[in-house]
Amino acid sequence: MDGRKPDEYRPVTIETGVSKNAEGSAKVKIGETEVIAGVKMEVMKPYPDTPDQGSMMVNVELFPLSSPEFESGPPDNYSIELARITDRGIRESKTLDVKKMCIKAGEKAWTVVIDICTLNDAGNLYDAISLAAMAAIKNAVYPAYDGEKIDYKTKTKEKLPISKLPISITVFKYGDHLLLDPTNEEDKSYDARLTVATLENGNICSLQKGGDTAITADDALMMIELARKRSAELRKLL
Amino acid sequence: MSEIKVNDKEVVVPGEVLAVGMDYLPSYGTHREGDKILASRLGLVTIEGKVIKLVPLSGVYLPKAGDTIIGPVVEILLSGWRVGTNSAYPAVLNMKDATSEFIPRGANLTRYIAIGDYVMVKIFNVTSQNLVDITMKGPGLRKLKGGRVISVNANKVPRIIGKQGSMVSMIKDYTNCQILVGQNGIVWIQGTEPAREMLAVETIKKIEREAHLVGLTDRIKAFLEQHKEGIQKIAD
Amino acid sequence: MSYDKRFDGRKFDELRPIQAKAGVIKRAVGSGWFKIGNTEAYAAVYGPREMYPKFLQNPEKGVLRCHYNMMPFSSGGERVRPGPSRRSKEISFVTERALRPVVDLSEYPNAVVDVFIELPQTDAGTRCAGICAASIALADAGIPMSDMVCSVSAGKVADKILLDLNYEEDSHEEGVDIPVAMLHNSKKISLLQMDGELAPEDLRQAIELAKKACDQIYEVQKQALKSKFEEAPQ
Repeated sequence: MDGRKPDEYRPVTIETGVSKNAEGSAKVKIGETEVIAGVKMEVMKPYPDTPDQGSMMVNVELFPLSSPEFESGPPDNYSIELARITDRGIRESKTLDVKKMCIKAGEKAWTVVIDICTLNDAGNLYDAISLAAMAAIKNAVYPAYDGEKIDYKTKTKEKLPISKLPISITVFKYGDHLLLDPTNEEDKSYDARLTVATLENGNICSLQKGGDTAITADDALMMIELARKRSAELRKLL
Repeated sequence: MSEIKVNDKEVVVPGEVLAVGMDYLPSYGTHREGDKILASRLGLVTIEGKVIKLVPLSGVYLPKAGDTIIGPVVEILLSGWRVGTNSAYPAVLNMKDATSEFIPRGANLTRYIAIGDYVMVKIFNVTSQNLVDITMKGPGLRKLKGGRVISVNANKVPRIIGKQGSMVSMIKDYTNCQILVGQNGIVWIQGTEPAREMLAVETIKKIEREAHLVGLTDRIKAFLEQHKEGIQKIAD
Repeated sequence: MSYDKRFDGRKFDELRPIQAKAGVIKRAVGSGWFKIGNTEAYAAVYGPREMYPKFLQNPEKGVLRCHYNMMPFSSGGERVRPGPSRRSKEISFVTERALRPVVDLSEYPNAVVDVFIELPQTDAGTRCAGICAASIALADAGIPMSDMVCSVSAGKVADKILLDLNYEEDSHEEGVDIPVAMLHNSKKISLLQMDGELAPEDLRQAIELAKKACDQIYEVQKQALKSKFEEAPQ
C-alpha cells in the first residue's frame, strides 16, 4: 500500500550495545517499527532432566507506549505467541549451545533470558522481534563470575556459545497474494501467515502458521521458498 | 516598553515568553501572566498586529458544533447509531437526523447504516460534558460507499483544504479522485484506480508533514506534476 | 569522610551530558526521549481519549495518568521481573503529580491522557529523566500546558552538596538523594523527595542547584521540540 513491491522490506537497521547494563542488547528498526532486546544472565541450578545444560527463556513485552492497541497487564495471547515463535527459532535450531553453558553438572549453569520490548508498532513485529533477539544474543558477553557471585558491573570478553544464525521471516497471504513486512494498516486483514526460520545452509529450523484461513501444502511451500530467498539479506545485517 | 520576543511563524513551546508589555493581546493558545504573554501549548506563533495567537501543530481533535466530520459507525443504538469521531468523544446520530426516509419503529437499523460504514455528518451540538450530536441531513452529508479512508492530524486540515478549497481541488484535478476532508482529520478518497487513490493519499500525507513550511502550494503542485505521469502510464 | 572528587570527575554542580528528542514514537500522539549520562527514558502520550474504567472518569476535566516502567534488562544488577512493582507504582504517582500543575485538561471532561514512560537503561535519576521525557511528550502531543517541567536529582554525598547523582553516588552509604521537579518559569516545585539525613541549610542549597540545572534542561527540551519541525521537506 505504500508503493513497495510485495516482497520488499522497509529499511532495516540494527544497532547493538544500546543498553549498557544488559549483558547484550540490540535495537532493530524495520521502517518505523522499532523494538529493543536485552539479554540478562544468571547462574542457577540446572533442570533435573538436563543436569549438564544451561537454559534460555524468551519474553516479549508489548508496551502500551508503542501502540494505542496495547494495554498494561499480564502477557496476552499475541505477546505469548510472539515470544514462543522467537524462542522456537533459536532453541530448536540449537543456536545457543546450552551444553557449553554448564558450569558444574547438576549444580550450576548459566541461564540466559532475552527480553524484547516494543517501542513503536508500525507493523511486522514478528520479524523485528526475532531479529532483535538474535542480534542481542550475538552481542552478549558473559559477566564476570568468581564461582560464587556474579559481578554484573564487569563484563568479560567471552561471547555466548552461538553456532548458528537463524533468520525469521513471516510471509503473509492475502487471497492469492503473498506479502512480506506489512505495515500496521496492512497486517490486520491477512488470511494466513507463516513464520519461517531459516539457517545459513538453507534448511528450515522452525515454522509457525497463524491466521484464520487454511492453506494448501503448495501455498506453504511457496511461502517457505519466499522466506528462504529473503533470509540471506537480513542475515547480512547481523 | 512592549516587546515581542519571538519571530512570526516560529515554533514555540509551552510557557515560552512571546511578548512583554501591556500593548499586546493574548489570543488562542496564549495567555497573559503579569506583563508577559506566554504560549499555552506547542504551536506556531502568529502575530497579527497587536494580537498574538498560536496555530497548534499537534493534538487530538476536539469536537465543535458546526464542524463537518467523517467517522465509522461503532455501535447500533436503540434509536440511532454511535459514530467514532477520531477524538475522545463519540457522537450519536439519531434516527430522525439520519434520513428524510421514514424509518418504522423497531426496524433493523443495520439496513440503513451498518457497523463499519463511514458517514459524513455535521455536528450540531456539543454539551458541556462533550456529548456530541450529529446529523446526516444536509448538503453533501451521507453514508460513504467504497473508496478508502485515511487519518491525518486534525490541525493540518485547513492546509489540506487550502484557501477556499484550492489545495484539495488541485489534488482532485490531478488525481481525478473524489476527496472529502472531515474537520476531524478523517479523509475519504475514491478514485477510478488504486494508483490514483495512492497518489492522493501520498500528497495529503506530504501536506501533513510540511504544513508548517513556506512555499507549500508550489511544492505540492510540483509533486503532483512529477507523479501524474506515473499514473498515466498505469492507466494506459 | 570528605568527598573531594566525584567518581566520574564532574564538578559538584555539573550535570552529566544531556540529550533530548521529540516525536520518536510515531504511533503515539506525542512522544519524547531524554538521556542524562547513562540514564535514558522514552515517553509516549496517548490522548485525550475515552477513559476506561468509566468510574474513574472526572466530569469536570480530563484525567492525567502516568505509567512508569523500567525494562527488565535496564538496571545494573540482576534482571528485573516485568510488571508493576510497588516502586514503579509510586514513581508513576509522583510523576503524575509533578506534571499536573502545568497540564490544563478543562476542555476534556471524562477523557484521559495516558503517559507511558519506559527506561531501556538506568544509572540513577530515573524518575527525573522520566519526568523530563514526559514533559516533552505532553508538549509534542499538543496538550494545553502552561509551562514545561524540568526534573533532576540533587543531593549530598558525605560533606558535599551536588547535582545529578549517578548510581555510585546514590547508593553510597553517605549519600542523600533529592529528586526535584520544577516548573520552568516560576521555578515552583512540583516534585520533592528525599532519602537520608540532611540539615535544612543543605536542603536549601540543593534546591538552588536544582534551579540552575532546570534552565539547562529546559533549553535542551525546547530545542528537541523545535528541531522536530526544522527537518527539511522530502
